[in-house]
Amino acid sequence: MPELHLTDDSANDAERVAIDAVIDAPHLDGSGSALHFETERLARGGMAKAAGLRHLLLPSLHALQRASGWISPGGLNHIAERLQIPPAEAYGVASFYELFRVEAPEHDGPAFHVCIDAACQLAGANEQIEQLRRDGANAHASPCLGQCEQAVGVFVQRRSVDGVDTAGSTPDPDAAEPVIPQQYDPALRLLRRVDRHDPASLQGYVGVGGFKALAAALRMGPVGVLDAVTVSGLKGRGGAAFPTGAKWRAVASEVADQKYVVVNADESEVGTFKDRYLLEYDPFALIEACVIAGFAVGASKGYLYIRGEYPLAAHRMQNAIEASRNAGFLGPRIARSSLEFDLEIRQGAGAYICGEETALLESIEGFRGEPRQKPPFPTTHGLFGKPTVINNVETLLNVLDIMTSGAEAYAALGTADSTGTKLYCVSGNIARPGVYEIEFGRTLREVLELAGPFDGEPAAVLLGGGAGTFVLPDEFDLMLSFEATRASGHSLGSGVIMVFNSATDFGAIVTRLARFFRDESCGQCVPCRIGTVRQHEILVRSGGQPSSHEVQLIDEMDKAMKDASICGLGHTAATAVQSAIAKGLIGAPA
Amino acid sequence: MLLWGSNAREAHPIYFHHLLKGIEAGAKLFCVDPRRSSSATFADVWLGIDVGTDIALANALGREIIHAGLADRAFIEHSTSNYEAYAAAVEPYTLERAAEITGVPAPAIAELAHAYATAEKAQILWTLGITEHHNGVDNVLSLCNLALLTGHVGRWGSGLVPLRGQNNVQGGGDMGALPDKLPGFQRVDDPRDRGRFEAAWGTPLNPSVGLNLTEMFEAMEAGTLRAVYCIGENPADSEPDIDHARQLLRGLDLLVVQDIFLTRTAELADVVLPASVAWAESEGTVTSSERRVQRVRAAVPPPGQARDDIEILVDLATRLGQTWPNTTPEALWDELRGLSPLHAGMSWDRLDAEQGLQWPCPSLEHPGSPFLHDWLWADDLDDRDPAPFMPCEHAGPAEALSERFPLRMTTGRVLDSYNTGVQSDGYESPLRSGNALDVSPADAECLGLLDGERVLVSSPRGQVEMPIRVQPNLPEGLTFTTYHFSDLVDINRLTNDTHDPKSGTSEFKAAAIRIDKLTNDMLTNDAAVVEPASHA
Repeated sequence: MPELHLTDDSANDAERVAIDAVIDAPHLDGSGSALHFETERLARGGMAKAAGLRHLLLPSLHALQRASGWISPGGLNHIAERLQIPPAEAYGVASFYELFRVEAPEHDGPAFHVCIDAACQLAGANEQIEQLRRDGANAHASPCLGQCEQAVGVFVQRRSVDGVDTAGSTPDPDAAEPVIPQQYDPALRLLRRVDRHDPASLQGYVGVGGFKALAAALRMGPVGVLDAVTVSGLKGRGGAAFPTGAKWRAVASEVADQKYVVVNADESEVGTFKDRYLLEYDPFALIEACVIAGFAVGASKGYLYIRGEYPLAAHRMQNAIEASRNAGFLGPRIARSSLEFDLEIRQGAGAYICGEETALLESIEGFRGEPRQKPPFPTTHGLFGKPTVINNVETLLNVLDIMTSGAEAYAALGTADSTGTKLYCVSGNIARPGVYEIEFGRTLREVLELAGPFDGEPAAVLLGGGAGTFVLPDEFDLMLSFEATRASGHSLGSGVIMVFNSATDFGAIVTRLARFFRDESCGQCVPCRIGTVRQHEILVRSGGQPSSHEVQLIDEMDKAMKDASICGLGHTAATAVQSAIAKGLIGAPA
Repeated sequence: MLLWGSNAREAHPIYFHHLLKGIEAGAKLFCVDPRRSSSATFADVWLGIDVGTDIALANALGREIIHAGLADRAFIEHSTSNYEAYAAAVEPYTLERAAEITGVPAPAIAELAHAYATAEKAQILWTLGITEHHNGVDNVLSLCNLALLTGHVGRWGSGLVPLRGQNNVQGGGDMGALPDKLPGFQRVDDPRDRGRFEAAWGTPLNPSVGLNLTEMFEAMEAGTLRAVYCIGENPADSEPDIDHARQLLRGLDLLVVQDIFLTRTAELADVVLPASVAWAESEGTVTSSERRVQRVRAAVPPPGQARDDIEILVDLATRLGQTWPNTTPEALWDELRGLSPLHAGMSWDRLDAEQGLQWPCPSLEHPGSPFLHDWLWADDLDDRDPAPFMPCEHAGPAEALSERFPLRMTTGRVLDSYNTGVQSDGYESPLRSGNALDVSPADAECLGLLDGERVLVSSPRGQVEMPIRVQPNLPEGLTFTTYHFSDLVDINRLTNDTHDPKSGTSEFKAAAIRIDKLTNDMLTNDAAVVEPASHA
């Protein structure tokens, strides 16, 4: 974009070096300055070029944040000039994200983001923030960090001079403690390689059967892969349960000069951390699945969008991408075939809404992560307007099994409408929180028994995430499948199973959930922007115990948000609150 | 889209939105301009030619198109004449020679030639950067030659697009406000054309071609022009070599000014006739750059003693002993339709119903003409002569740089101001920074000047004091300013009144200047330098 009006602020050397390193590094969709003076009298640039390089904005902002600890005006000017983006617009993007600070930090040290959402709230997050502050640390309350199984979750954001970002407790390689509670369970499918190989080693991955699925896929050909994924009955694990085969077929049938595979690893639903395990402990598997997806739909480029609060996942994935490239599993002529596919990581910067697939695409493209109006769907108009397969991490990993064991064998697991296995994120008042994998069609009680015993008397389970519903103990025999949960008015969502015991202040839990949606609404649709605020206000005003009149107000707002918001955030922002009211966990008794 | 000598982003902001739509839709934009103007910042490629070297560039483009075998031979054969002479004339303009003259690297010139010639559709758009030169007509012709060479004319999406500076500049010319033309581009010196008007008006008309503005000032100087009736023009601010122009206006026996504001010219007048604003207080028509005639309607009554231009003229005629019949806007329009075949089919009702019509529109059944030159594609050329190539030679600015005046000064417009500022200075604008001389960072450093420093700027005709602004969008040796703020800086004290004899337009775009630091002596005495010429 042209006509930049820059202020006098200029970047310091460290900022310039960091930003230039990102802009000039090779990227899948181009890099370098959007404006180039060949001589004093010849310049190349223009809107087309600036638009084509806009996707470098998000990584540039990350570089600046890391270099300076904030989005300084001088650094922002430097980015704006190199990418030819009006600084006001770049500022608008920066200020959209939680992890970008647009005001000078008062504190030189690292920023401690402390999760205050449900599981961490139970575990004493607020006390931890106070403690950190008393110790002189720069502590912020943060929405869910995806560390619910090790609550209280903390994410430490550092400047590059102070080292790398860290999240949670640093895993101790020599610890006897298994990474997942079901370690070595022969029934594991998605989790079977976790802690069975060195996630930093491609050879290690090959040693546990890695890249056999790709070999099988290459033998089947793209049509064979599409058929297998369709026959397998695989449905999306991100929450919407859309048939993966249908999605892939739609993209495969599009004619375009470029198609994309995008991995949604922006796992931000309250209580969700399963994809983090896959990214951290089985990174090559995700790469293999992406290559197969690209092969099936005819896409030669892929983006892996990982939430910014997962530094270890990003690090291990980056390492795996480089190792795969060196070994010929990414890039041109993959596995000595004519297949070409490459993958690039994009890190989110703290925005729940970017888990919505079109918001995620906007975020990669360098815009504020605001969901798009649909249709058109990403299958026809996705990343950079091109046909795009966008899948959740867990969904993609299922493809490996479908390739190696065959679609029929895969479909034999689970129920008729929910095939395969499902990962669950168990947290809260229970003995062994963590990620669990079981076949569809088993009951909630069975999962709870795997992770049990309960800590105290169970009062309710939040099923599906912050946008999910409460399940009371008398419903624990609920069968876990897409169809059974739907039939009983619940949803599997992202596989969250968060346990609350009878000591829980549900008013506080629900008020915090309302606050979460208030903060995370992108503000694009008025009903959601206003409705999430009003809902939270009602809960604050009533101390988490809304009167019957207030219950009616929440219900009306829920209807407006469902009717007139363009994305799922607005559609489900009142779901947990409504559920808590319906189940008598909050509010005046009916 | 080839935007040449036009900063449409600022001077034609509404039109520029149409270009932006094209860019959005994937069109490439090349911009030829000595400055990297704000329009050029939108361009895929900016070619920063040296001021006044347009013909060298155009000829080199033509030669490259011919040598690359990209000329549209069938179109040239069918629709044009004089091609051989053109091909011979551009032959010496090799890429290397053009690069030397224009300062733009040869490969970029070749790239533009190929992009223009091979585009399915291509337009050349220009404004005063082409015309405000001593050889402005030749500049235009050299661009027309490119359209003839490639067939990019007279069909959808292609064409030659001179952008008009006001909503009704086209209408002014159409209605006969030209020294040699009657309404509808009929020649005053052609007895048949003139006869039609003489018959309609019942009076003989002066058969001789009149004077253009530049010639009028020459006539004032020669003493042959003693009275001027000036309607809606502000020459006391807009003429080049302004001190001299004001002196001539003051020396007239009679100066009558009819305007919506008390302009500096009006301040010099013997009689001032306050007029209503055409777009808000008057009924009638305007004609846009695309020859579209549209109705305008009065929204508010004119203030005070201001009156509609038509009423003033009719009253004047009455005082001079004439009785003009029905002079409502519609009656006058119908009179025009009877006299100008181009407009004959545009009834008041049709203009309303069809939201404007493009001339030529010779009959009530005629739909109007989106393309003026679509006849070039007709099998029989509509019985017209083929369009001739008009070979032109590079000449460069009339005023060469010298040791005394080593810097080039060019002038232009900025977004939030309009011409001499008569219509725009009354409004606040957050963008307006007053009048400054834009200087390249290299020149500023060489002259030891700081951003914002007041300096003395001199040309062979005069000198003014003004601040400089260091601007990275200028190549070394080029300076730029506007003349929107004549109250602050009389920039036309510096500009060159050398003009193109074919168009009468002066070379506002190229003067030679020098910049001197102000000495302490001058600083204490600056009033003598900047004092505007006293008003008569």
